[in-house]
Amino acid sequence: MSATTAQEIAAAVRSGERSAVEVVREHLDRVSAREGELHAFNLVLADEAVAAAEDVDRRVAAGEDPGPLAGVPIALKDNLATRGIPTTCSSKILADWRPPYDATVVTRLREAGAVFVGKTNLDEFAMGSSTENSAFGPSRNPHDPSRVPGGSSGGSAVAVAAGFASLALGSDTGGSIRQPAALCGVVGVKPTYGMVSRYGLVAFASSLDQIGPFTTTVADAALVLEVIGGHDPMDSTSIPQAAPALLDGLDRGVEGLRIGIVRELNDEGIDADVAGRVAEAAAALEAAGAIVGEASVPAATLGLSAYYLIAPAEASSNLARYDGIRYGLRVDGPTAGDVFERTRTAGFGAEVKRRIMLGTYALSAGYYDAYYGKALKVRTLILRDFAAAYEQFDLLLSPTSPCEAFKLGDKTADPLQMYMNDVCTIPSNLAGQPSVSVPFGTGDEGLPVGVQLMGPTLGEATMLRAAAVLEATAP
Amino acid sequence: MTEPPTARISRDEVVQVARLARLELTDEELDLFTGQLAGILEHAEDVEALDVEGIEPTSHPFDLVNVLRADVVGPTLDRDEVLTQAPAVESNRFKVPPVLGEEP
Repeated sequence: MSATTAQEIAAAVRSGERSAVEVVREHLDRVSAREGELHAFNLVLADEAVAAAEDVDRRVAAGEDPGPLAGVPIALKDNLATRGIPTTCSSKILADWRPPYDATVVTRLREAGAVFVGKTNLDEFAMGSSTENSAFGPSRNPHDPSRVPGGSSGGSAVAVAAGFASLALGSDTGGSIRQPAALCGVVGVKPTYGMVSRYGLVAFASSLDQIGPFTTTVADAALVLEVIGGHDPMDSTSIPQAAPALLDGLDRGVEGLRIGIVRELNDEGIDADVAGRVAEAAAALEAAGAIVGEASVPAATLGLSAYYLIAPAEASSNLARYDGIRYGLRVDGPTAGDVFERTRTAGFGAEVKRRIMLGTYALSAGYYDAYYGKALKVRTLILRDFAAAYEQFDLLLSPTSPCEAFKLGDKTADPLQMYMNDVCTIPSNLAGQPSVSVPFGTGDEGLPVGVQLMGPTLGEATMLRAAAVLEATAP
Repeated sequence: MTEPPTARISRDEVVQVARLARLELTDEELDLFTGQLAGILEHAEDVEALDVEGIEPTSHPFDLVNVLRADVVGPTLDRDEVLTQAPAVESNRFKVPPVLGEEP
């Protein structure tokens, strides 16, 4: 599953040493060999990718610089709008939707010379932790196809782990980039909320959603964040700052950095082999000069419950737009009300319906204060506890996922059991803070384990420096 | 379906919520969702039971300010391209079924 890094590809293509067409064909050959087994993609854009690569090669031949991602094959989660190209969210309700615009991240990647190889599979509307909620069938883990790749951005994680793409974009609302990155053995970053424009990301829970990369190296993640980050007037929640410089100084190490292991996220419910890897990661950071201690974020234990009230509440509102009138599926009926109900009943899958129901209930009169209102206050507590922890520590450390990749079907019967996969990743979403999953060895079953580094708001540069140390010392 | 005495949500409430959410659920789905939603709400007991007196809610990671752009004409989506995605169109407009159930 060896893949050339995005940095290496871009450097070779820009210098004329390798042709972008040759690079993309190599990746498409791997797609041909294993996609049938792994189902990373809802749509492979083979002809479009070769045409885009030819254009990159023409520009290099003409003495132009196509950009920092020249000829880099990239996969896009299928909830990122691509103009004229189907964007399904792995839902029957959007199966035939061709957006009339590009997401800002898509525009920025293209302007940097990227070549899009396909749209990747996800849990329907990004709701899930295994891709088993896709209306088009699950993706499979390239390390063991009887197991899930994680989710919701499972297809993007598979695409990078299997060498179908040099890097991929996903979205992370409660762990949907980091958990599949951990289960597939790749790097996954959820940036600070507002650092990357959400324009053109199909909304799930707008106060939590954030776009980020899957890569094979930490440096590639820094590179792609420099390209896609920075203010966008099309997203009113976009932080009014330029893209951060992340590559410069990435190799400065962790000498003197204070790193705290979060007690509450290394507790019961975490498999012993995963906890063991986290302890080894802490030791590696310490050996590299970091000052490692135990941190406490008490309210993190309430994160799961708060998240599964807040995210469904926002989803129930966001998904009200699917009514069969302006775009997407329509199931006809005698009245507009019948069309709404029939379209939504036929178009949404079970998990999406469950979350719409939960959110509608949590927001309904009589229960608003008890559930949604309280969950918002828990969010305040989590922000407070993180702020206190970051007075003592520069970064925090925890597992990404409580377990290795599990078998398909193992957790589909009980939604709550599936939700537990997000226990370590959710707190960063509720706080709007950055977080990265770095591969760090394997577990008892020989499958990848990821460790999670969390940082304060806009702390990506320091966070990725420490991630680079873990990458260099991983077993 | 009999509900455990601790059930957080009744089947009747699930029926009502489905109506509000414009979803038509089968009897089997109603039974399944009643049990599953009760389980999820049960888990949320830790939040529900919390004393949060005097704590302000956070609905967003940052304090949001209203963003206004200059009142000048900028690029917009192409109308024809947008309408190609609509299930039904008439005279350059989205065609909506009768709202009150009358024949058009």
